[in-house]
Amino acid sequence: MMRTLFALLLLSCLSSAHAALDPAALQALAGDDLDARNAAVVALALSADPQARVVLLALRDDALYTADGRVLVIDGEHLSDAASGASVAPAPDSPEPLTVNNLLRGQVGKALALGDLHSAEVRVRRAAAHELADAPPPAFAAIMHAVALAETDAETAALLRNAAAQAKLSSNDAAQRLAAVQELASSGDPAVAPLLRPFAEASDADPALRSAARAALAAINDRLYWGELLDRVFTGVSLGSILLLGALGLAITYGVMGVINMAHGEFLMIGAYSAYVTQGLFQRHWPAAQAWYLAAALPVSFLAAALVGVLLERLVIRHLYGRPLETLLASWGLSLILIQAARVLFGPQNVQVDNPGWMSGSLVLTPSLVLPWNRMLIIAFAIAVLVLTWALMQRTRLGLYVRAVTQNRPMAACVGVHTQRIDSLAFGLGAGIAGLGGVALSQISNVGPQMGQGYIVDAFMVVVLGGVGQLAGAVWAALGLGVAAKFLEGWTGAVIAKILVLVFVIVFIQKRPQGLFAQRGRHVEA
Amino acid sequence: MLPSRLPRQAPYALALLLLVPALHLWVPEGSPLHLSDFILTLTGKILCYAVVAVAMDLIWGFGGILSLGHGLFFALGGYAFGMYLMREIGHDGSYHADLPDFMVFLDWKTLPWYWQGSAHFAWAALLVVVVPAAVAAVFGFFAFRSRIRGVYFSIITQALTYAAMLLFFRNETGFGGNNGFTDFKRVLEFPITSPQTRSVLFVLSGLLLAGTLWLTAWLTRSRFGRVLAAVRDAESRAMFLGYRPQDYKLTAWVISAVLCGLAGALYVPQVGIINPGEMSPANSIEIAIWVAVGGRGTLIGPVLGAFIVNLAKTVFTSYFPDYWLFFLGALFVAVTLYLPEGVLGLAARVRAVRDRRAAAAGAPS
Amino acid sequence: MPSESIVGSAVPATTAATAATSGAAGDALGSRMLQPGLDTSHHVVLYLDAISVSFDGFKALNALSLTVDVGELRCIIGPNGAGKTTMMDVITGKTRPDSGSAFFGQTLDLTRMSEPQIATAGIGRKFQKPTVFEQHSVFENLELAMSGPRSPWATLLARLDSASRDLIAATLERIRLARHADRPAGLLSHGQKQWLEIGMLLIQQPRLLLLDEPVAGMTDEETERTAELFLSLAGEHSLVVVEHDMAFIGALGGKVTVLHEGAVLAEGALDAVQADPRVIEVYLGR
Repeated sequence: MMRTLFALLLLSCLSSAHAALDPAALQALAGDDLDARNAAVVALALSADPQARVVLLALRDDALYTADGRVLVIDGEHLSDAASGASVAPAPDSPEPLTVNNLLRGQVGKALALGDLHSAEVRVRRAAAHELADAPPPAFAAIMHAVALAETDAETAALLRNAAAQAKLSSNDAAQRLAAVQELASSGDPAVAPLLRPFAEASDADPALRSAARAALAAINDRLYWGELLDRVFTGVSLGSILLLGALGLAITYGVMGVINMAHGEFLMIGAYSAYVTQGLFQRHWPAAQAWYLAAALPVSFLAAALVGVLLERLVIRHLYGRPLETLLASWGLSLILIQAARVLFGPQNVQVDNPGWMSGSLVLTPSLVLPWNRMLIIAFAIAVLVLTWALMQRTRLGLYVRAVTQNRPMAACVGVHTQRIDSLAFGLGAGIAGLGGVALSQISNVGPQMGQGYIVDAFMVVVLGGVGQLAGAVWAALGLGVAAKFLEGWTGAVIAKILVLVFVIVFIQKRPQGLFAQRGRHVEA
Repeated sequence: MLPSRLPRQAPYALALLLLVPALHLWVPEGSPLHLSDFILTLTGKILCYAVVAVAMDLIWGFGGILSLGHGLFFALGGYAFGMYLMREIGHDGSYHADLPDFMVFLDWKTLPWYWQGSAHFAWAALLVVVVPAAVAAVFGFFAFRSRIRGVYFSIITQALTYAAMLLFFRNETGFGGNNGFTDFKRVLEFPITSPQTRSVLFVLSGLLLAGTLWLTAWLTRSRFGRVLAAVRDAESRAMFLGYRPQDYKLTAWVISAVLCGLAGALYVPQVGIINPGEMSPANSIEIAIWVAVGGRGTLIGPVLGAFIVNLAKTVFTSYFPDYWLFFLGALFVAVTLYLPEGVLGLAARVRAVRDRRAAAAGAPS
Repeated sequence: MPSESIVGSAVPATTAATAATSGAAGDALGSRMLQPGLDTSHHVVLYLDAISVSFDGFKALNALSLTVDVGELRCIIGPNGAGKTTMMDVITGKTRPDSGSAFFGQTLDLTRMSEPQIATAGIGRKFQKPTVFEQHSVFENLELAMSGPRSPWATLLARLDSASRDLIAATLERIRLARHADRPAGLLSHGQKQWLEIGMLLIQQPRLLLLDEPVAGMTDEETERTAELFLSLAGEHSLVVVEHDMAFIGALGGKVTVLHEGAVLAEGALDAVQADPRVIEVYLGR
């Protein structure tokens, strides 16, 4: 920005011999009449003379003075005539600074923004369009409209079209206003509705305008509604993908071994802390590759969680097969040990895991629908993990064995499947998937010893709702619960939403005790 | 069939129950025999826990239903009585207002409808029983009717207490939010921290435990108890014999919840605070370990377990706070792996081995 | 057998008592029954008409129709997957049929009753795998099975009167477990558990007994005695026996129904059924 300004200043100095602004207009700027001053600023903005911009910049930077009936620009020690840009020497005795109130300053900002629309940098143009989007002066309408047509950046163009329509709205010409109203109807900007409302409600306005304004309002509200709806769906899906990452591993371990693993949340925690450790290693040893530490954190987290999983299975869980309630209690004990271990190793406070630069920012679809990149990446990541898991279960020998053990353990053993090894591998796999979930979580929430506990109840709700050992069930249940939670949050607040979801699950289980995707069997259990 | 005969240990237990407050009240403070406030409150607290443990055993040990939400019923009883204790503070709170302090803080002008009547002891006592019973009955009715059992039931109960905890954490719920109820002054006009009040509360806790044991003994030795155990061991057999398993489960479940509520009501005035943390899933699951450590399916086991675990907790958290969770976690694992019948089972095994040794030693001679 | 008369004579009184208590308990059963009690005025105890059950597209029962007369001893055979166990599930209320009707006597609609209601109405079921209360003593197993009020409150205050003790003692004799009365049922042999379960059915005083492979795991001697027991029960009770043991079925001598792919393939005397070419094909053809 500063560089452009400097270039412009330089340019204006070079061309000062030819250019000259109307001194009368500058006098109006220096006067007391606010309307006249505003008009002068607008006139400067519309002027093709490069000197106009110099004056506007000076006005913004409080560098405009009057002395001896002349308007001067004082830049440090250098004095120049505002109208011509010619240097002034010697300096007048007592130059008086022009006072600029906030209203005028806003006008100046918009005037400058109009100039910035021609910048080569998208960033600058976009910022300018944002500046102009709020109450643009009517006189700018034609320029903004023209620029919008030529603009290559979609966001900037949309903003400008809106701004131009808004500007026309305050025009005195009825036909202009009507055209503006019709144009605004296609806007997705939440700020537009209040502008149109006076026209829709005013009883003295002409009927054509009023009905057009009403139609436009309805269209906008409609679009806003959809925008909000999509936004909710998006955040819901994003929450669902987190739930899914937590519950996917649980669905496997419960499906295969029929045990509830209460330490599952701690595998998430292990994954998240692995990401933290990987980040630290990169900081120390490969600071250049810092941005890509997450890529390395994925296998590290998977292996760390899987290793702990296999270890716990071998040491404890294995000895409790066929005693689900005992497994539940023992795994709870394991979770306490893991939590305390994390506390001792990393301290009781949350640790900082940074978002790499390429994950920050967001995709703006419409002003009311902004999708943060990190959330979108997590959704994509959850899908990738799901596809991999599915492929592993359906397309590999390991998956075949796991499914065989799920369906009939003694028979699988009879045909030569090492059921114990399969148990270990499946448990490790479930833990590893949770570890991957932990990496994802580290990007959007706090990483601390207790973090796994917050997800365990939700993850279990997903498994319960989805049905035991069912990947498809887990997917639908996770998405359903995520979206439902986000929608309810909009109406009731987060806590009540959470309670309602839990109540819903409890009620749902009444109707479908086997979950969404129940397998009906024809065996009599004793 | 009523347990007509008191167990032979009963007189000793009763003597101990009276001895503890006596040592607190009438032995001067400097004497080595004096029991401090701390010990009295700690023991009283554990007596309440023991009631919860026995109630848990009724449903888990005898009924085969592992609840991970019994902390909820305990807390509901505690909150119900806590409401009364809050009203007993009267104008002695920080704001000297008609309403409890936290309501003044929230800028509430009147009591919410569910606080009506909470100033009366009798109403509070009624709520202590009715609220846990009603919650348990409604939840249990639906859960047992749709034949939710095993780990599913456990998980749903965990979700239940979790949901309740979230609800009670909200300030708008009207139970003091995060902080819950505290700074009690009086109970039935007696100063709540005086040695006499503490001693009475202690004895009441002991009597509640005795009553709970008696009731549980009666329930489990009657035909009701045998049907309950039959449902635990072979539910479909019981069903095809014409028993409705859900009725038996629900009855035991509600009785268990009420006992927890009573324990909670006695617990709150002794420890002087109740907050939503009592409803955390971790708290409820800890109850299960008391029962497992002592020996489930027995009467005395849960009491032993409650004392063992909670005394260990007190020792650990005061001397090695960093190791308490390691110990508790290891306890969960060790008990489920190596002591499926708890300490009582271990004792029986040791006795059996000794007898066999004695028999073997006696045989050759 | 001397003990038989004790069991037999108690039937009318206890059935009436059962009906009375289920009504008094305000059970939903009362409203669902067109008329309380079992009406066998047409000498038929069980009607199954066009029952179909499918699990995820697999037709376990395919328009199965079957009637069992009062006092009849019916044997059901059929290859694995023929639908024998599913049929028992439908009769005892464990599985609801997708279509078709099932009546106990003239009036009791089995498709609308719960398992305990069906059990108290007078249908006893023995599982394929012997299912007894392993932690309870043999005596207690019988005590729990004995007909009587089934509500929690009633059992809280229940006491054993001397008539009940006698009945249990007689049943213990009959199933030859008198010596084991105080042992936990879990310690019995497989065959003894089968007998205990049969004893539990008998003491329940059912009108209809469903027995799923009752002699599996029994010694030849035990099997023989079981056949004698069943024959002595027929007439007073109706029995439906699912079995694979052809010698046992031959010893029972009743009408035989062959199930195949969820429907009745053949029905008649054992010899006739065994000579039926369709039956031979089902058992040997593939």
